[in-house]
Amino acid sequence: MANFDLNQRYEFSAGAKRWSIILLAIGILSVGYGLFSGHAERTFANLLLNSYYITGLCMAGLFFIAVQYVANAGWATALIRIPSAFSAVLPWAGLVLVAVIVSGLYTHNLYHHWADPDLVNPNSPKFDKLIEGKSALLNLPVFIGSITGFLIIWSLFSRMLRSYSTKEDQIAGIGMHDKSVKFSAIFLVIFGFTSAIFAFQVIMSLEAHWFSTMFAWYNFAALWVSGLSAITLTLIILREQGYFTWINDSHLHDLGKFVFAFSVFWTYIWFSQFLLIYYANMPEETIYFKHRMENGYLPLFWLNLIINFVLPLLILMTRDAKRNFKTMKIVTIILLAGHWLDYYIMIMPGTVGAEHGFGIIEIGTTAGFIGLFMWIMLTSLSKAALVPKNHPYLEESLHHDI
Amino acid sequence: MSNIKYILGHFDDPEVLMNGIDKLQKSNIKIEDVFTPFPIHGIENKLGIKRSRLPIAAFIFGITGTITAFSMVYYMLVHDWPMNIGGKPAFAFPDFIPVMFELTVLFCAYGMVFTFFYVNHLFPGRAPRVMDLRATDDRFIIAIDAKTNDVNAVDAVLKDAGAVEIKHNARKYISYDEE
Repeated sequence: MANFDLNQRYEFSAGAKRWSIILLAIGILSVGYGLFSGHAERTFANLLLNSYYITGLCMAGLFFIAVQYVANAGWATALIRIPSAFSAVLPWAGLVLVAVIVSGLYTHNLYHHWADPDLVNPNSPKFDKLIEGKSALLNLPVFIGSITGFLIIWSLFSRMLRSYSTKEDQIAGIGMHDKSVKFSAIFLVIFGFTSAIFAFQVIMSLEAHWFSTMFAWYNFAALWVSGLSAITLTLIILREQGYFTWINDSHLHDLGKFVFAFSVFWTYIWFSQFLLIYYANMPEETIYFKHRMENGYLPLFWLNLIINFVLPLLILMTRDAKRNFKTMKIVTIILLAGHWLDYYIMIMPGTVGAEHGFGIIEIGTTAGFIGLFMWIMLTSLSKAALVPKNHPYLEESLHHDI
Repeated sequence: MSNIKYILGHFDDPEVLMNGIDKLQKSNIKIEDVFTPFPIHGIENKLGIKRSRLPIAAFIFGITGTITAFSMVYYMLVHDWPMNIGGKPAFAFPDFIPVMFELTVLFCAYGMVFTFFYVNHLFPGRAPRVMDLRATDDRFIIAIDAKTNDVNAVDAVLKDAGAVEIKHNARKYISYDEE
């Protein structure tokens, strides 16, 4: 087999830096435009969407690493530094998310469905019994505290796993690996519960009367598919630039299987949530989908299913498609856009309702967050070698052949 | 000599076997098949074995299941005996999907298993046909058609490649029943 330069490092080139700064500047300008042109609520909904999206990508990166460790999987070792760089963005993405949520709460009442003391005051004419019943979870200290707390806990785990991995580069031996396996297992248990509450609080509480236990899984599926797509896309683009030459079509095949399988999983969860509500036909539940079928959301509602289910199902079904770098590049870009739309349909009807749109604010804010994510992710990627050279499964991964 | 149908070269090491395949191919000897106790990476490419068409069969079985389920539910609930369930129209498509999904999986799974059995001549109660019993135990075996190749030349190449035993079989398959 060919000799690879396993000490290769990513160099955050001036071109890539320029692009991320341009995107970030576009983002800041369009947020400014949105805030001062009378579209403040729509801007905040977009900020929430995008910061939740990139936090999801970072969570997916961390989850990917933890799953690989716990499952004793070797195939992804040669590309593990990409999800690792994703997970390194988590503290920053979390900071942005909390900043958006807190400023939204205190300036524009982003969570107006429940964040109003009158709603839980029995003497007020606005008193809402349902909201009062949920006030143990949906009150400002618990809300902000738990979201911040979860993000801090996950960030600590991402720091820990990353530092073990970089320490492993310095000192050979199995010690760091064993530690990583142990803390990955602990992380996964914590993540399983906290990510559910996180999704309930950040997104589901936008429409606080409605609830669905499926929602946690639905959000997890969305973040996992978009995370896998982002990991694959980053890998393909870096490989085109001459990095990761050791990645072969078998690695891509496995990533493709992940993307394919979890697109179907996403649909499964989406449909499970939809079917139960459709079948039971209870007004307090169906209202969620009614909001998503009127005010111009209906085409988006269908487009969501076509992009995130039908397209990956048909395109990625064959083995050859999953092993083709060009096909995978196109599909992952489509899926990243598709799950942006998915979050759009989750967030917009409950915040801006009929005032939604797609224009400078949406495109600009998204561009800004892409720039922000690119900048921090590529900086973290350049800080360590592209392969963990003392990882016990590295040899297995370099010979990956399926 | 003329009653030899197949030449079986026995190897006791996968590395030696892979070199043996190279040597036979260099001498332009066509390999009928190779039997190994465990899968060896890259051997399919070396022998030029085409990929299994089982996925295509699986897709066809699956889509048959989808269509069967849809037609069945449609006939029952829309055409033959429409019922008022929760005030919904008779043709309530979302309700059909779980049945369609399950029958897709069922048809696909059973179809694949039976196709696999059929292609490999495996049926309940039938003794499996093998060319050499030790291929399932500790020997890596290359089978070569003796009718189209010169037996002495093949033997020489096999011996040179490090075969530990060379068998000349008068029948293609032996059965578990016979030994």
